Amino acid sequence: MALTYEHIKQRLVEKFGEQVTGFNEPYGMLTFEAPKELNLKVLQFLYDDATLQFRFLTDLQAVHYPDDAGRELAVVYHLHNLTDNVRLRFKIFTDITRPDVYSATALYASANWMERETYDFFGVNFVGHPNLKRVLNVDEMDYFPMRKEFPLEDQTRIDKDDEMFGRGGSIQ
Amino acid sequence: MSDVIQHSNIRLPEGSIEKQTTTLNLGPTHPATHGVFQNILELDGERIISAEQTVGYIHRAFEKLAERRPLYQITTLTDRLNYCSSPINNMGWHLTCEKLLGVSTPKRVDYMRVIVMELARISDHLICNSIVGVDSGAFTGFLYVMQYRELIYEIYEEICGSRLTTNMGRIGGFERNFTATAWEKLEKFMREYPAVLKEFENLFNRNRIFMERLIGAGPISAERALNYGFTGPNLRAAGVDYDVRVHSPYSSYEDFNFEIPVGSTGDCYDRFLVRNQEMWQSLSIIEQAYKKIQEFKGKESEIFHADVPEYYLPEKKDVYTKMEALIWHFKIVMGEIDIPKGELYFPVEGGNGELGFYLISDGGRTPYRLHFRRPCFIYYQAYEELTKGAMLSDAIIVMSSLNLIAGELDA
Repeated sequence: MALTYEHIKQRLVEKFGEQVTGFNEPYGMLTFEAPKELNLKVLQFLYDDATLQFRFLTDLQAVHYPDDAGRELAVVYHLHNLTDNVRLRFKIFTDITRPDVYSATALYASANWMERETYDFFGVNFVGHPNLKRVLNVDEMDYFPMRKEFPLEDQTRIDKDDEMFGRGGSIQ
Repeated sequence: MSDVIQHSNIRLPEGSIEKQTTTLNLGPTHPATHGVFQNILELDGERIISAEQTVGYIHRAFEKLAERRPLYQITTLTDRLNYCSSPINNMGWHLTCEKLLGVSTPKRVDYMRVIVMELARISDHLICNSIVGVDSGAFTGFLYVMQYRELIYEIYEEICGSRLTTNMGRIGGFERNFTATAWEKLEKFMREYPAVLKEFENLFNRNRIFMERLIGAGPISAERALNYGFTGPNLRAAGVDYDVRVHSPYSSYEDFNFEIPVGSTGDCYDRFLVRNQEMWQSLSIIEQAYKKIQEFKGKESEIFHADVPEYYLPEKKDVYTKMEALIWHFKIVMGEIDIPKGELYFPVEGGNGELGFYLISDGGRTPYRLHFRRPCFIYYQAYEELTKGAMLSDAIIVMSSLNLIAGELDA
């Protein structure tokens, strides 16, 4: 029996009830979210459950939504069930002032550097990570450059009128 | 001094503490690392106890840059990821954009893309495998196959005008049809390359010195490889037949017959053999695609892009002579067209494994967030585990057989 999104949804709801929310399928990939405290439980469940078996961590990264108070940072996991060839996307949201998220390194060895990269660029503090330090940027860096408050271009530039190019502010 | 081993032939000065191991900096600019990697190796004699990798020497903030760039300007960033097979990255990015924009491409475009992507795969694997040869002391193979990589680059040049960082194609297809010279060169490649690859295999595959250097060096089990997020030839060498071209077909890969070669032990030798086999498969895919393209008749045989004037740059001669074309050209290049809202992940089979584009668009002119899933970055973590307990010389071969590309690693 092929694994369907309906079945995954049903299994998740059976296990976690109303705590898993926001099911939708943008561009055909099942996406849902859970409270950040549950991230490891959900990952473990997806890993262990006999019918789900999402055992391959394809990707892990963060997204910054500065306007979404209390949910500024999203950590996004892309998982893949290689036997049934089904992918899904799982998100958790965290407050930017206290960005503590449990580390998935015990479950996936591949999460090690991916979490380090996420920490490096977004400052997500992965609790339980064996070696949480910067990976691509220099160790001396004291900010998290992928956050939206760091614009790419010098905003004080006056030789270039952004209005002429149909764009207003720095970040849109 | 009681807990320090006393050597009979070395007399240490009074009061000195002997360090039992040697720390060796392999890289960042060691000629055998083929890129900017630093490995701090802790050696006991010539055996590796631990290896700590430092990466990021050529980090260029692609993901941050991408947040300020319209779609076409990101293509040039993808060139510089895995620069041994940049057409795959270009096509992967354009396919991602097409999925976001809902553009469907004609079959002929798909087949042309398949040809280019498989050529890129061949050149990528060719470099990797011949470098494995160089690192194990066999320079001949490297020099011998180089002229055929050159031929592949000449084909790129005919198609898009550049060789290494190709910036090839457009959203919806190619900037121009393949020229007659491009087809000629492709035919030459298809005609001559099998003999070259055969010769290359004859040089290496059953070469005793080569085998003894590679067999058993840096092995990994299928389970560990999956846990470490291996994809591509490195995963297949460990015995898992996962290939994005088969599992999530894109660009009409479902129309082609090919096999996924797998290894069993995941050591350097298996990785080498898997890459060689994949080159044969790629060659067969190119031949199939070539035949399929030849079958198009009449108007269909001239199609090289989808009909999407909103995203496909107008022809240059129109841009120079017509007002509307010039406006559209400007609008597309400057990204004055808002892209639809959406969130998608699009994987392609890159030279090293699953190259994924995770794109979030909030409906503006540029992506809200773009993340590249770079296979190199993910599997390089396993390097310590692969080399622990091995000899120093094995560490070099393991590194080259993983096909680490600094550009892809550091983004």
